[in-house]
Amino acid sequence: MQWETVIGLEVHTQLTTQSKIFSGASIAFGAAPNTQACQVDIALPGVLPVLNKGAVERGIRFGLAIGAKLNRINSFDRKNYFYPDLPKGYQISQFALPIVEGGELTVQVGDAEKTIRITRAHLEEDAGKSLHEDFHGMTGIDLNRAGTPLLEIVSEPDMRSAKEAVAYAKALHTLVTWIGICDGNMQEGSFRVDANVSVRPVGQKEFGTRREIKNLNSFRFMEQAINYEIRWQIEQIEDGHKIQQATVLFDPDKCETRAMRSKEDAHDYRYFPDPDLLPVQLDEDWIEQVRAGLPELPQQKQARYQGEWNLSAYDAATLTGSRALADYFEAVVAGLTKPDPKLAANWVMGDLSATLNKDNLDIADSRISAAQLAGLLARIQDGTLSGKLAKQVFEAMWAGEAEGDNAADAIIEARGLKQVSDSGEIEKIIDEVMAANAKSVEEFRSGKEKAFNALVGQVMKASKGKANPQQVNDLLRQKLNA
Amino acid sequence: MNATLKSLSTTLAAGKASSVELCQDYLARIQALNVSLNAFISVDADKTLAEARAADALRASGQGGLLTGAPIAHKDIFCAEGWLTTCGSKMLSNFISPYDAHVIERFKAAGMPCLGKTNMDEFAMGSSNETSFYGPVRNPWDAERVPGGSSGGSAACVAARMAPAATGTDTGGSIRQPAALCGITGLKPTYGVVSRYGMIAFASSLDQGGPMAQTAEDCALLLNVMAGFDARDSTSLERPKEDYARGLNQPLAGLRIGLPREFFGPGLVGDTAKAVEEAIAQLRKLGAETVEVGLPNSNLSVAAYYVLAPAEASSNLSRFDGVRYGYRTPEYRDLTDMYEKTRAEGFGSEVKRRIMIGSYVLSHGYYDAYYIQAQRLRRLIANDFSAAFQQCDVILSPTAPTTAFKLGEKTADPVEMYLSDIYTIAVNLAGLPGMSLPCGFDARGLPIGLQLIGNYFDEARMLGVAHQYQLATDWHQRRPAMEGDA
Repeated sequence: MQWETVIGLEVHTQLTTQSKIFSGASIAFGAAPNTQACQVDIALPGVLPVLNKGAVERGIRFGLAIGAKLNRINSFDRKNYFYPDLPKGYQISQFALPIVEGGELTVQVGDAEKTIRITRAHLEEDAGKSLHEDFHGMTGIDLNRAGTPLLEIVSEPDMRSAKEAVAYAKALHTLVTWIGICDGNMQEGSFRVDANVSVRPVGQKEFGTRREIKNLNSFRFMEQAINYEIRWQIEQIEDGHKIQQATVLFDPDKCETRAMRSKEDAHDYRYFPDPDLLPVQLDEDWIEQVRAGLPELPQQKQARYQGEWNLSAYDAATLTGSRALADYFEAVVAGLTKPDPKLAANWVMGDLSATLNKDNLDIADSRISAAQLAGLLARIQDGTLSGKLAKQVFEAMWAGEAEGDNAADAIIEARGLKQVSDSGEIEKIIDEVMAANAKSVEEFRSGKEKAFNALVGQVMKASKGKANPQQVNDLLRQKLNA
Repeated sequence: MNATLKSLSTTLAAGKASSVELCQDYLARIQALNVSLNAFISVDADKTLAEARAADALRASGQGGLLTGAPIAHKDIFCAEGWLTTCGSKMLSNFISPYDAHVIERFKAAGMPCLGKTNMDEFAMGSSNETSFYGPVRNPWDAERVPGGSSGGSAACVAARMAPAATGTDTGGSIRQPAALCGITGLKPTYGVVSRYGMIAFASSLDQGGPMAQTAEDCALLLNVMAGFDARDSTSLERPKEDYARGLNQPLAGLRIGLPREFFGPGLVGDTAKAVEEAIAQLRKLGAETVEVGLPNSNLSVAAYYVLAPAEASSNLSRFDGVRYGYRTPEYRDLTDMYEKTRAEGFGSEVKRRIMIGSYVLSHGYYDAYYIQAQRLRRLIANDFSAAFQQCDVILSPTAPTTAFKLGEKTADPVEMYLSDIYTIAVNLAGLPGMSLPCGFDARGLPIGLQLIGNYFDEARMLGVAHQYQLATDWHQRRPAMEGDA
């Protein structure tokens, strides 16, 4: 039997506000337990929530970025359940009327494009943390995270493989960091993925029974977990078992998923509108103001790179992998007097990316600024540097041999790396080399093409690598054939 | 001890008594009477007197306000920093609030010392004060009878002159009904006028704090202190500051009083009917006209209320789980056991009943039939009032169907108890202001309350009507004979 996988994702993105969604406490990561939990967060008797406008604004940004419908009136509900790190005994979330409905995200999966529909995105508060490890026979509760603003982004079950799911999650990650609503830090839990996975025989219309893999906090684990889950489900069905709806956790050490609770344990959350909060009204002026403040989005940039700058789809997608990368790339292009986006793209995606990878650095931490790289590329454009020499200068710049926007020129000067393009000078060297290598000259003239390369090598060596290689080629051939 | 806040203000301003002296007198009376009335849960003379000294200093410095130095008692539903704040429940029997409710902040800022925290039905759920973990409050007019509820301690302490005034809260009649049963004046403002921050929530969309005192005039002065926008309560209304005493001297000539025919039906009998008729005659004498109005959906208000209020309560009371503060069962096996025992032991039976009703009406499959339906009724009830206010300026009715009943008389039958609020509940559902003032006594000498209902934000006019009535009558000046009184 041939099986088809169906995947939908629920992604919790932590928003970049200063304070919590319903209180003034800070959301900075890493503070000592319970030092960032105010009386509202610990749910003292009598306290009330007040909505953080910044969280709503970020919801609007997201809705605009995915072309979704923004619910002009949206509202908060209470999701009721008991848990020690849920101080009120309910979570305030948007159930009936989320801020964002619909919208889509187009992602690159290998060479193909795929559009994933987004069902909805709603604002809600995070719970605190239960700490089971540090207390013998007891559980510690840290409420610093309680009330942290989240935007939960729910996709349609549009993905058909772990690869597609990861591509979508990555694109979403790029987008939310791009528009500045989430810092994207997966280790700190700022971007958490739940994956709903089911399988069905190819051709079957109805979905199979799904299991939800909770809290995937890296793309690698996500792919492993989904692939494991798919294999497990297929094996179960082929062995004659039925899949039971369940929530599972992925154990990265054992590389397997484990059931956390079954459907029978499912809560009745008794949702109802939170009477402490008025419905949120989004007025058109505010929406337009937010729209005006949005940066150019990845897909818009990709279209521009391909249309105006003639870059390939692959290059355009790679260069818009993060806003910082795209900004860097565009700054390099802008730094060139003679615009050459392809040259800039080759260097940003080539030497620069390779060097960043080697040193495990992010583009934001690059030791070579966009202006410095542009300064280097300008010397390639004007023939001062050969490609080989440019690599030397690049390495020297990376090592910090010179500072400032004109670092490339300073290094060229200091190292005397200027390419020789004066044909008189090059001819002089060629004459000397030909005189000193009469045997090679003889061999070439008797038809040994190989001898030509040896002579080029000698000329380059004699010029200490500075001679313009193209000119050396042309002039040498002229002289040999004369 | 019979002084109104208004007269205490004059006394203090003239330097005839200090706040410390006044507080000492009231504290002495509380000490003498509380054993029998049980109106207070917490009294702390040191705290009260420290606040009194500060008030005296404020007055001496010339920075005091009208009420600076005049003391007040607070319902134990308001969080007050450093005070035990129990909400009448075992669940919070060890909870000392680390912060002040907005209302408490306002009274502190006005320089009004706190005389203590008053007894109440547990989490404000009750109409007789019998659900309090701290035992029932006795009605000062007859110790065998209830003071009403849930603000029974506040009503009783004002009636017994243990405090010149008190705060209360009203979710379905919890200020007005005990005010009626104890013969005092109490007002529930328009929803959103008084901040709910720090007021322990029962049913968030209905709860509203308000003043309880001897006179309408005092209520106006107190509302001037309590009312005002608070950014910490999202349902608090941002409106220009107003003087609620501005309409007190407005003559009643031309005033149109609406009499809802549904409230003057066969259910209204005996002394209560007679007293209310006499009050209407009195108001006519003062120049008011009466007009019959209809509130056709008012018979549905108790049913709608007992879906919506428990629904909200079941969620509001979830935070009392034994994890962070309050009562926790001493022995438990695991988390679930801790939750179950803590809540089983910490809550009384009426609270549990309402949590169960609320959980039921919100549960999957029942939500539409109960909660959504009740919200529709709520809209209809509010529309009824809007239509009625097209024809009149203020609506009049009895506050409660009966005078104070005996302790234990209705505890066996919750529905019978719920009907105590039959005239008051619709006002909360509509979010309107309402008040109760004394309008006579029954054959047993028990006070009868008259309810006035105003249009949204029309507290000043409503208070004016009540004040004019009180200038012409002396029901509000009658007081129960207490032990030791001359």
